[in-house]
Amino acid sequence: MKMAFRGGIHPPQLKEFTKDKPIETMPLPNKVFVFLANHAGNPSKLIVSPGDEVKTGQIIGVPDGYISSYVHSPLTGRVVEVKKIFHPVLGRPMDAVVIERISEDQDQWMRLDTSGDFERMTREEILDLVRRAGVVGLGGAMFPTHVKLSPPPEKKVDTLIINGAECESVLTIDHRLMLERAEEILLGILIMMKVLKVEKAMLGIEDNKRDAYEHLKRVFKGYPVELKLLKTKYPQGAEKQLIYTLTGRRVPRGGLPMDVGVIVQNVGTCVAVKEAVIDGKPLVERGLTVSGDGVREPKNLMVRIGTPVSEVLEYCGGIDEKTEKVLLGGPMTGISITDLSIPILKGTSGITALLPRETGVQKPCIRCSRCVIACPMNLQPYLLYLLATKRRYDDAVNEGLMDCIECGSCSYVCPSKIEHVRHIKLAKNVYRATRRG
Amino acid sequence: MKLVSAYPPHLRDTDDVRKVMYDVLIALTPVVIGAAYFFGWYALLLCVLGTVLGELFDFFVMRFLRKSKDFVPDGSGAVTGLLLALNVSTRLPIWAFVIGLVFALGVGKHVFGGLGQNIFNPALTGRVFLLISFPTYMTEWVDPLSGFWKSPWDATTAATPLALFKEKGIVTSYWDLFIGNVRGSIGETSALLLIVGFLYLVVRKRIKLLIPISYLGTVFLLSAVFYSVNPKYGDPTFHLLSGGLMLGALFMATDMVTSPITPLGQAIFGFGCGFLTLIIRLFGSYPEGVSFSILFMNALVPLIDRVTKPRIFGEVGR
Repeated sequence: MKMAFRGGIHPPQLKEFTKDKPIETMPLPNKVFVFLANHAGNPSKLIVSPGDEVKTGQIIGVPDGYISSYVHSPLTGRVVEVKKIFHPVLGRPMDAVVIERISEDQDQWMRLDTSGDFERMTREEILDLVRRAGVVGLGGAMFPTHVKLSPPPEKKVDTLIINGAECESVLTIDHRLMLERAEEILLGILIMMKVLKVEKAMLGIEDNKRDAYEHLKRVFKGYPVELKLLKTKYPQGAEKQLIYTLTGRRVPRGGLPMDVGVIVQNVGTCVAVKEAVIDGKPLVERGLTVSGDGVREPKNLMVRIGTPVSEVLEYCGGIDEKTEKVLLGGPMTGISITDLSIPILKGTSGITALLPRETGVQKPCIRCSRCVIACPMNLQPYLLYLLATKRRYDDAVNEGLMDCIECGSCSYVCPSKIEHVRHIKLAKNVYRATRRG
Repeated sequence: MKLVSAYPPHLRDTDDVRKVMYDVLIALTPVVIGAAYFFGWYALLLCVLGTVLGELFDFFVMRFLRKSKDFVPDGSGAVTGLLLALNVSTRLPIWAFVIGLVFALGVGKHVFGGLGQNIFNPALTGRVFLLISFPTYMTEWVDPLSGFWKSPWDATTAATPLALFKEKGIVTSYWDLFIGNVRGSIGETSALLLIVGFLYLVVRKRIKLLIPISYLGTVFLLSAVFYSVNPKYGDPTFHLLSGGLMLGALFMATDMVTSPITPLGQAIFGFGCGFLTLIIRLFGSYPEGVSFSILFMNALVPLIDRVTKPRIFGEVGR
């Protein structure tokens, strides 16, 4: 039986450019720019200095505080400098380590010490490997995985959910990972199940990826991982919607998945966990989709963290001169960047280049109610927009401003071309800032 | 290459306000053709005038009175103008119609702030203004099929089926009521053509479907109750087919701007319209109560929206 949540939309998928293309490994870049900060938590503390020689996988930043993670060098080379670069997710300049390759073909790895046999390891040993490998959520949130895998004892977690929905248009990297690296995904799941001490794991996958579904079914046979086929509907991969679809549990307002006994991990993170625990390989590269109608040769790629977007695009044949937008991520939630020297982050699941699209003029809201029907959080986007533009932030919060998951379904369906998400994001920022001060 | 910075989502549905309005105009085309067939050239003229002048007046207000330089016509003025034409009597002089149109768009819509801001349905606001200002013109009902080129002032007039029933107990043939071969406002008589146009909007997913279902359902069930008590109140089929109910329930009450946002709210709104319509028909001094019911319920929309606020995902209790 196919399952779904209430609300949602069906935007054009635009996955056909890359869904049948195997993941290629991009040649090593000459220079990488590695941020010490992820989206969530404190920036890491730098432990190398300009001039130091580093190996691939060598630690260059150590955690500062609990919600923080290790950062490793993605190249074998020399640390050139530490400079401020605009961080596309945090929206302000942040420290990034610039590392340059010394010689053409050198790629010497520094791996973590591991026996490779996770069944003989203790929970603490596994968590330590995950932590020291710098694994964070690869779905985009970049939350440190070892923290997510250590819920406080009062939260009874009984289910591990793996997010293989990949509902965002254009992106196909999770699809390819499920086809090409199913065994590693399975190992990652089994490792995390052991850490969480749960009996049950589920992997949700949208029914537009039948081939991957069939393949996983064969691979998962005999293992305690349930495979669930989901209706293709955006945003099926949003955490709360996925949990509800698979378990019928609703994460309470302002709460976390662990409040309903669930931990959610992305399929890419499963692979990273497996590599950390079994191969001792730190997170220095990730898979991503480079696609959209502006990319000349769309690809699924394995790319070193810190590679500039411009180099990745160049490797994919460059972008059309008429390209209007370059996005980190897919078209529904992706962040548009105008400076292509911005590097790939641990949470960059794709690069999308889009040609100009007819947007139409914005009109006043005609109360057609489509946004209310589309909203997967049962909010009233037209009202939030109205309150946000009137600067009635407290009223907006009462109407669920902070519950908005910014999926963009409302703006997508709006016939008046209203930018709900833009105003909601701004209102959230203002509200957070004023509450703090 | 110039890269643009923008907020997500970067994909948008291709639908827009203008297409919504055009679809309403398309849906009303069969009704206009029917009006020309039953009531002749003058009815057609009012429909065309309403559509054209409505859009022009809207443009004039936006460009020159509200000085919106980048205003692009969206068809909403045309929809109001056409709906007003369909809601007036065939003997309304052009000058009176134009006054009604200016009132509908000026007071009914732009005084509140223009598109999307008005509380009351503009076309109905204009109609009720005309009904009160020019009661004689607005209540002279020409016989249908008097001939296309015949002037409405030469044609014979009599009461509408609802008035005939209320005053004399005369029941009009259901078939005539269904196809529209009866006296009444220009666009209200043919249930058949109104339903055809409405189905187009349903197929195009342009309608808050719960409103007409709840509106017509309420009238049907409630009149069935009254009919079973005393047949003098008229049977449910008669109530469904006569007067302005079809036009009101399918095209006026469903106006997006002036109806509730939530599904439950739409059901309540439809119920209120249906209840009031029947009460006015049976116990009021007017033979028909569709316009007043809808306008009254329009005023309650903010309240209905507030009461029927959807429960936010993950909200515990209320």
